[in-house]
Amino acid sequence: MAGKPKLHYFNGRGRMESIRWLLAAAGVEFEEELFETREEFEKLIQGEKKSLFPGQNSMVEIDGMNLVETRAILRYLAAKYDLYGRNIQEQAWIDMYVEALKDLSDMIMFFPLSLPGEKAMNLEYILQRATTRFFPVYEKALRDHGQDFLVGNRLSWADIQLLEVILMAEECKPSVLTGFPLLQEFKARISCIPTIHKFLQPGSQRKPPLDEGSIETVKNIFRFERGMFLKNMGTIVAEY
Amino acid sequence: MAGKPKLHYFNGRGRMESIRWLLASAGVEFEEKFIETPEDLDKLKNDGNLMFQQVPMVEIDGMKMVQTRAILNYIATKYNLYGKDIKERALIDMYIEGMADLNEMILVLSLCPPDQKEAKIAQIKEKVTDRYLPVFEKVLKSHGQDYLVGNRLSRADIHLVELLYYVEELDPSLMANFPLLKALKTRISNLPPVKKFLQPGSQRKPPISEEDLEKARKIFRIK
Repeated sequence: MAGKPKLHYFNGRGRMESIRWLLAAAGVEFEEELFETREEFEKLIQGEKKSLFPGQNSMVEIDGMNLVETRAILRYLAAKYDLYGRNIQEQAWIDMYVEALKDLSDMIMFFPLSLPGEKAMNLEYILQRATTRFFPVYEKALRDHGQDFLVGNRLSWADIQLLEVILMAEECKPSVLTGFPLLQEFKARISCIPTIHKFLQPGSQRKPPLDEGSIETVKNIFRFERGMFLKNMGTIVAEY
Repeated sequence: MAGKPKLHYFNGRGRMESIRWLLASAGVEFEEKFIETPEDLDKLKNDGNLMFQQVPMVEIDGMKMVQTRAILNYIATKYNLYGKDIKERALIDMYIEGMADLNEMILVLSLCPPDQKEAKIAQIKEKVTDRYLPVFEKVLKSHGQDYLVGNRLSRADIHLVELLYYVEELDPSLMANFPLLKALKTRISNLPPVKKFLQPGSQRKPPISEEDLEKARKIFRIK
């Protein structure tokens, strides 16, 4: 088997963070080649022999493949490391849970790129969605079966993704889990899993949220010319 | 096992159409319950049928499945259209996620303000001929097989052919320089279940009319 998986991305969370989480939770060591400038980014995407679609901005080298597309990578890893359920029904539940979480995490991910005048509005929208559409579903799931994990009474991709998104939401508003006692317990429990606990320590490959300084870098690398904004269906619209 | 899958959506393509294509191509009969008014959608929500308050929703095998990709993954896995192992699945996933980007652009085109539409269409056409179609033409050329992955029919072929029909609707000349894709489209279209789905009177939906678009905007409360 080839060496460690190698991640190609910019030095920030973005679409690669969920992949880092999954690898770390599975106890898989990985390397990263991180770019900081537009030029480095161009060098990556112009290596077309490496990447499937021209203009990709992320890639994972693993098991002799150059994988692009976040979902393709996540599903491969989840299946490989036995985090995708034991049968087709469990896979279905995991997929439903992670797809919804992606909607929420995308909103949070793009929030720092809001047009200045729309920041407050977007934040309110995100928190409203989190606490009325998404978190109640996961709280109920845990309450209904009384188990420690979302699906199949064992750790899966869904649990890892939920923890990641809870932490992102708490960065937006620390008290966001008020009213969700089972999610609070869940957060504590999953954070204690040794591989995840390690990933949550300073010095791990986990990336910090975008700060003012890195926002400009990101805008430049990915050429976001205008701000991001949330439309009423929760769809992110990017103009770049 | 429960009866036929039951699809809950409005009477149009939207995000349900790729699910209709996949079921039909797998030879699976399905029922549809159309949402006609905002009240219909409210009822679905209030009766607790929509896990995240959203459609598409498909009742299948005792589950009320939501999230388009979750539904498609389940159908593809169940009907053996998802490759023979995780590496083939990874390849299929890469191809179809790329297709989903293009499909999404075409889908939201109908919501584009009229004054921006022409520019948007030009943008899409350029992406079709410069970014997406060349990739798939190249894949077919590289292995010379009849299907995109694993030398047998998979969801990648079905999603691609669906997309090629939309490309053709946008502008037939876009397919001019992609002979292998044209051949794939013909080949897949001749498979008996697909051929049946392409006939008039099937559950395949036409492009959305202005009237139905207004109706959909009301149902989904899109401004």
